[in-house]
Amino acid sequence: MNPFHLLKLITRAGRFAEPAPPAPAADAEHPMPQSLRGSVQVRHVDTGSCNGCEIEIGAAFGGVYDVERYGARLVASPRHADVLAVTGVVTHNMVEPLLRTVEATPRPRLVIAIGDCAHDCGLFAGAYGVAGSVSDFVDVDLEVPGCPPRPEAIVEALRRVTGR
Amino acid sequence: MIATLLVIVQVVVATAITPLLLGVMRQVRARMEGRVGPGVLQPYRDVRKLLAKEPLRADGSSGVLIAAPLVLLVSSLMVVALVPLVTTANIPAVPNDLFVVVSILLIGTVALALLGLDAGTAFGGMGSSRHMMIAALVEPTVLMSVYALSIPVGSSTLSKIVVARGADVTRVVTPAGLLAVVALVVVVLAETGRLPVDNPSTHLELTMIHESMILESGGRDLAWLEVGSWLRLTALLGLVVNLALPWGLADSAQPLAVLVAVVAFIVKLLVAGALVAAAEVFMAKVRLFKVPELLAGSFVLAFLAVTASYLAG
Amino acid sequence: MTAVGGLVTVMTLTGLAVVLAFVVPQRYRSLASGGASMGIGIAGIFTGIAAMTSVPKAVLVIPIAIPGGLGLDPLLLSPTPLGGVFCVVVGAVGAVAALYGIGYAHGPAASRSGWSAFAVFLLGMLIVAAAGDVVSFLLGWETMAIASTVLLLADHAVRPAVRPAAVWYAVMTHLSFLSLATGFALVASTAHSTTFTQIAAAHITGPTGIAAFLLLLVGFATKAGLVPLHVWLPRAHPEAPSHVSALMSAAMVKLGVYGIILLTGTWLPDVSRPFAILVLALGVLSGAYGILQASITSDLKRLLAYSTTENVGLAVTAVGVGMLLSNAGQDAVAAIALVAALLLVVSHAAFKTVLFLGAGTILHATGERDLDRLGGLVRSHPVTAWTFGIAAMGAAALPVTSGFGAEWTLLQALVHGDGRANITLALALPVTLGLMALTIGLGLLTFVKAFGTAFLARPRSAAAATPAPEFTSMPGSAAMGVAQAIGALAVIGLGLAVGPVATGLSSVLGYTGIVTSELGGLRLVTIGVLDPYALGLLALGLALPVALLVLVVRRRVPRRVTDLAWGCGGARTSPRMEYTATSYAEPLVRVFGEALRPTRSLEVSHLAEDHVLENRVAFAQQVTDIVEDRWYAPAVGWLRFAGDQARRVQNGSIHRYLGFSFAALVVVLIVVTLP
Repeated sequence: MNPFHLLKLITRAGRFAEPAPPAPAADAEHPMPQSLRGSVQVRHVDTGSCNGCEIEIGAAFGGVYDVERYGARLVASPRHADVLAVTGVVTHNMVEPLLRTVEATPRPRLVIAIGDCAHDCGLFAGAYGVAGSVSDFVDVDLEVPGCPPRPEAIVEALRRVTGR
Repeated sequence: MIATLLVIVQVVVATAITPLLLGVMRQVRARMEGRVGPGVLQPYRDVRKLLAKEPLRADGSSGVLIAAPLVLLVSSLMVVALVPLVTTANIPAVPNDLFVVVSILLIGTVALALLGLDAGTAFGGMGSSRHMMIAALVEPTVLMSVYALSIPVGSSTLSKIVVARGADVTRVVTPAGLLAVVALVVVVLAETGRLPVDNPSTHLELTMIHESMILESGGRDLAWLEVGSWLRLTALLGLVVNLALPWGLADSAQPLAVLVAVVAFIVKLLVAGALVAAAEVFMAKVRLFKVPELLAGSFVLAFLAVTASYLAG
Repeated sequence: MTAVGGLVTVMTLTGLAVVLAFVVPQRYRSLASGGASMGIGIAGIFTGIAAMTSVPKAVLVIPIAIPGGLGLDPLLLSPTPLGGVFCVVVGAVGAVAALYGIGYAHGPAASRSGWSAFAVFLLGMLIVAAAGDVVSFLLGWETMAIASTVLLLADHAVRPAVRPAAVWYAVMTHLSFLSLATGFALVASTAHSTTFTQIAAAHITGPTGIAAFLLLLVGFATKAGLVPLHVWLPRAHPEAPSHVSALMSAAMVKLGVYGIILLTGTWLPDVSRPFAILVLALGVLSGAYGILQASITSDLKRLLAYSTTENVGLAVTAVGVGMLLSNAGQDAVAAIALVAALLLVVSHAAFKTVLFLGAGTILHATGERDLDRLGGLVRSHPVTAWTFGIAAMGAAALPVTSGFGAEWTLLQALVHGDGRANITLALALPVTLGLMALTIGLGLLTFVKAFGTAFLARPRSAAAATPAPEFTSMPGSAAMGVAQAIGALAVIGLGLAVGPVATGLSSVLGYTGIVTSELGGLRLVTIGVLDPYALGLLALGLALPVALLVLVVRRRVPRRVTDLAWGCGGARTSPRMEYTATSYAEPLVRVFGEALRPTRSLEVSHLAEDHVLENRVAFAQQVTDIVEDRWYAPAVGWLRFAGDQARRVQNGSIHRYLGFSFAALVVVLIVVTLP
């Protein structure tokens, strides 16, 4: 695509991110670590999802919902991460990698279970490849229900962590 | 004494402004992509948070994991101290000609490469190998382009080159000068891991060069690595900007001159960073095996710059 | 000690070392003869220092007349200050290698012939550096060649690669001797004398001079290992025992450089002037090609051997640049280039010794030379890791090691040559700068690869996973560690003391433009200053606030140890998944494919029942030396063919042999009766 055409697109589209909804109220019973205020790096772990939640996470980090404006960013390595966003049921093959990923994340760390499958196996409860839900293996700090959850819900969960 | 104070001011200002440069670049990119962006102060928050996170060490890794980030940071600070950014004064007796600066940059490069190898993972080794290959192929262009700039001045000390260019406008707009600056821009993009040589925000390990060497570092190790890399960007981008627009640098300790120099540096650096970020929106990363062609092209430009500066007299 | 006294001590100690090697029983032989060899080295150092500093020059005349009355002058050992520099280099490397050998030498290397050859090798090299006339020079040269061949053959019964390596080495070194002897014969006959001073005074020019120059250049270039005469180096140096490799690489090839400096500066200065570009081209080509081959090989000792070609290439580049600049009349900068050549020689001697000794320790501990099978040795061999690391930094020319000071000086000479009025300089200097920059960059990659693959990460083979411990495995193995440590200290020391060292070297050459700056650094008058101490202080000053910050943060957030690296979360990651040295260099093989011409073979075998499903895939890639493939292999093939054809002449028929004798007689009669 030639640069002039791209420049025209950029100037015409302008800003298409949705305006920011009001910040979620802080939950006094489940306080978030103070050191993660304003800056949260997220490492996504897919332990066996159908990719529906991934699409919504992609939308949340995309241009329309733009969760980066609240200080959250996707990173490639759990060593760089503060929050592990886990989607999907935990299949047998992914039990060990999930545990290793959590182990490889420096503290203070949070685990967010995104989607109904991560919460209680959703549609796939009892299937032969399923070992359990995320909370069966690791401590879950936040949950985002839905099948799939709307991007606004994912953004709200991350805003609880960053406080912005 | 005065020179040392000026250099201290330069180091402090450059270090303080470096996260802002990154913030501005990310914000420009975000706005052009139609997003809101996290704000220009986000890198400061990121570093503060990293310092509060626990660093990890795998059983069986060596002290390189702990030492390499610090070596990178200190070498980047040295480069910031030696390159003319805010001031053209030099700490007396400290050598600051081009080859010393390049060698100190290379210490940081080597530290990163060893960190990648020490990780013991395939990604670390791959990043290390690509990083060193690019460093090796960019060397000729670096030396050649500053050589081209040093010929009319008769010295390879960077501050003298900037002073000479500032004193005589006709020197700045010569073909040799322009070619050399263009070649240096390609060098900066290659050395600091920006597009089109390397994508600093990629998550695909097979496309990573810089990122994959730091995959195993967390907490304050990662903070030193990030700040060290950002400082290199500040120093190199600041150098190129000061070669292209060599005005406004302080050479005396008058408070007004120093203030003007600091403001001028900040403005020049942020504008240059914004331009680089804007250009990156239009570019895709080139294949690894096309990078040597890009670097060879920049070498040819630098060689032409040398020839042109001979012909110009 | 005077130079004469030093030389006499050297010769006496050589005799002592040989006697001890034959007399002392196996158990103490290394200690006794190695100790005497150390003494030879130390005496060589003192000889060199005396030669560099004493005025008037000392002369040792050995009144041996060559029988046959060829009218040759008596043998003369009178080391000039320049020869003194090389005496110091050879002596220092020899002493350190001997110390290492006391602990390392085992089997054939510690036999009677092994240790006596070592001592004779040292003697030969010192004679070459101290020689004052042609015959003693050639005698020392040949002694050096024979002794090193004997040492090279030490492990021939154990490894099959040793014999062909020794054959290549012996053939090429004797071809070089032949070339040198012919060249010297031409020079000596024109000057009617064999002493160097009189040859220099004769100011030889003309076609004889040119022929002699080319012959001598070929001879010295072969010994120095310059492309395209380098093919023996990567074959021979890896196969020798490690302390001998160190001696060969760090000391012997320097004498080739010494010869080139003498040739272009003292013996045939007028003839060599138009050949400056040739010398420069040889140097630049060797530097670039050498480091390219070093960067892609996974055999550690072969890597180090090719790196020697690179460094000698850089030294000869410096000599060529000096020649070019003095041709253009820029004598001050030419002097800097020549001092840079000597600095490169000295610095390379320091770090290459340590690198080869480190390779020897690795080989001894793991039995492996292949970087693809090493790894993780920093934990079991900390001293070797530190010394090898420091020497690798020196090889990569990072501050503040010896290599940095040397390359800085050469780069200053290149950049300050004025090409505006002179078209040759305007073209040659930038091209040299560009290729030298590439050499430096590739050197960085090579030594990061060597150090990182051998010492860091995790062991890639069982042999590397269970290495022999560093110091307790062999009696005298502490000597190995001490030798490596001395070498590493020299690398740093020469880097910090670059000012006094360069000043000393420039006074050896008679130049005054290089002095020591106020803080002990190197000042090139009107050009610039290199002050390693100031750089170190700056680094400390900047490291202080960082250290304070680290201390504050450490207390608040301590480090946690996990069991595995992250590596994408798999538990089945094995050391087999690490990057190897071959994979590290793979991008380079692709980028420089035209220069390296790797041979690749891919064999796919399918299942018998099904043509589509694959049963086995075998891939092999090999990079060989293309100079050897393209030039030497056909030449050897042609020689074989010629030999086979010549054999046909010897068909056993008495009539044919009588006919040959008759023809020979006729030819002799004709020649003798010609007016």
